Amino acid sequence: MKQKYLPLTATILIFGLSYALCVAQYPNMLSTRVIGNLLTDNAFLGIAAVGMTFVILSGGIDLSIGAVIAFAGVFLAVVLEHGGMHPLVAFALLLAITTLFGAIMGAIIHYLEMPAFIVTLAGMFLTRGMAFVLSIDSIPIKHPFYATLKSLYFKLPGGGRITLIGGLMLFVFAVGILIAHRTRFGTNIYALGGGTATAKLMGVPVAATTIRIYALSGLLAGLSGIVFSLYTSAGYSLAAVGVELDAITAVVIGGTLLTGGSGFVAGTLVGILIQGLIQTYITFDGTLSSWWTKILIGLLLFAFILLQKGIIHLSRPERQRA
Amino acid sequence: MIPIMRAYAGRLLPQLIALTAIVIAISMVFPGFLNLQIQNGRLYGSMIDILNRGAPVVLLAIGMTVVIATKGIDLSVGAVMAICGAVAASLITSGHSLAETLLATLAVGIICGLWNGVLVAVLDIQPIIATLVLMVAGRGIAQLITEGTILTFNDPGLIFIGSGSFAGLPMPIVIWLVFSLIVALLVRRTALGMLVEAIGINRQASTLSGVLTPVLLVAAYVLSGLCAATAGIIAAADIRGADANNAGLWLELDAILAVVVGGTSLLGGRFSIAASVLGAVIIQAINTGILLSGFPPEFNLIIKAAIIIFILVLQSPRFRTGVSFLSIPKAAGKPTEREAK
Repeated sequence: MKQKYLPLTATILIFGLSYALCVAQYPNMLSTRVIGNLLTDNAFLGIAAVGMTFVILSGGIDLSIGAVIAFAGVFLAVVLEHGGMHPLVAFALLLAITTLFGAIMGAIIHYLEMPAFIVTLAGMFLTRGMAFVLSIDSIPIKHPFYATLKSLYFKLPGGGRITLIGGLMLFVFAVGILIAHRTRFGTNIYALGGGTATAKLMGVPVAATTIRIYALSGLLAGLSGIVFSLYTSAGYSLAAVGVELDAITAVVIGGTLLTGGSGFVAGTLVGILIQGLIQTYITFDGTLSSWWTKILIGLLLFAFILLQKGIIHLSRPERQRA
Repeated sequence: MIPIMRAYAGRLLPQLIALTAIVIAISMVFPGFLNLQIQNGRLYGSMIDILNRGAPVVLLAIGMTVVIATKGIDLSVGAVMAICGAVAASLITSGHSLAETLLATLAVGIICGLWNGVLVAVLDIQPIIATLVLMVAGRGIAQLITEGTILTFNDPGLIFIGSGSFAGLPMPIVIWLVFSLIVALLVRRTALGMLVEAIGINRQASTLSGVLTPVLLVAAYVLSGLCAATAGIIAAADIRGADANNAGLWLELDAILAVVVGGTSLLGGRFSIAASVLGAVIIQAINTGILLSGFPPEFNLIIKAAIIIFILVLQSPRFRTGVSFLSIPKAAGKPTEREAK
């Protein structure tokens, strides 16, 4: 087996094993309802994590997505409840704003040669501040179109439902996989993650690619914000705090190398599902406190970082021989 | 000695000017701002309040400066604060003496730092990710210690650390003053500071030239853990309780911002403890200023973002080459980079 598939295989094995363990203890967990809910509850996180996967594949990081999600929620709530705009127009406007915002961050990262970490940190402060300025209250969204969107679902055998947002997440993952492996842009991202200097020599348009990566991350964070506002039916500027960390964790658990250049969008989906599974298990158990989620996810993160290190270590001697 | 003094003053000048400008701006809007009074042998006033409220961020910024100088970053300090506050509260309520509690809490901070340091120096994991593990899991651990509640305590000794006073100054100020003096002397009166800078500029080259890179890297993260533990004790003593959910929440970002405002480059290398302390005080002064001047506190984050972007542009290698290129004809032969700053 090729070495690059090892982290992905480990992730899938861990997911399969832990799901089997859960089912052995609570047979009810083996139902399409649980799976449907797993998709619906983690839809916004999954969509944002696809953007994060591309950013990390290119060797960068985006800390602003949680703030962008909160901004999107507040923006939609204000525009829909006070502006009287049709939701679809508001969605398009919002996506344009967040995409532009991501593109600007990408441009700053590239042209000012600053670390992505601190530029997106500034972006995080800025967007959350904008959300605060729009409104500090939690605004409920009562638009009838929202109710229509929420009532759409695809019924699975066994009573489970794939809701619109759960389906949208799967669709975004499918498009993400296509972009990563079947387009020139995707190849450029992998090249950039392998090393900027090398990518430049190979003829990768570094500036355009960097800007597009962060624009894509902004676009998906905006989309994730729309999904989040559909999921909660409200906009609140303190919502979605720390989502960027959950997304990074999902990407790492999904087997993407944090130094960039290697990984799979599909792995991130499994990473999201593992996190969701831990939460579902704790809900089913009922006696475990919710803080165990954080500790378990932290431990998993640590285990996967060690696994990555081990793989890199193992692959080194081979390279020298070759 | 005088050239050294002048060099220090030059290094701190932008921060000092910024702080003075902020203080003048606030006192124009809010005339009572500069007032200082002595009541019951303790100084009171808005200025003292800024220094007092800023204590946790100042302490975190000291450790963060050294870590950033090694080209690292420590995201876990907020979570470590929560853990240490929880440890202190649970030990003191279970009947341990103040000395035992403080020593054990500081030891926990050191262990957290050791964990981060070993991940970075021995396992060679990027600092953002290595410290992310403790940041994610740390708050869970803190909640495990407090069992999900806010642990309150009434021990007068521990409360004294948060709200007592020594020589007219509130205890938190005394603690960070002493702490920053010790660390600054330790790194600048010995070769340690220079070696840390060497690691930050080129880790491989410093290892090859005989610097004990792993030991110094671990020491930097241990110092950061120790700072976070002290900040955690102060934060817990201030509210007389340990709140695992909110203690130190997002303070790691404020600490990083303080270091950046202090002019230490995130790309590693040269650092200044005094400048970072000033940076932390500037941030706190802005926070207090926004509150006092009646601006809605919502603008706080936007102003912080604007400051980061402004400093990033100044620090950017591209921008500096541009400026020095433009100013070469005027200052022929002089080091233009200092002036560009």
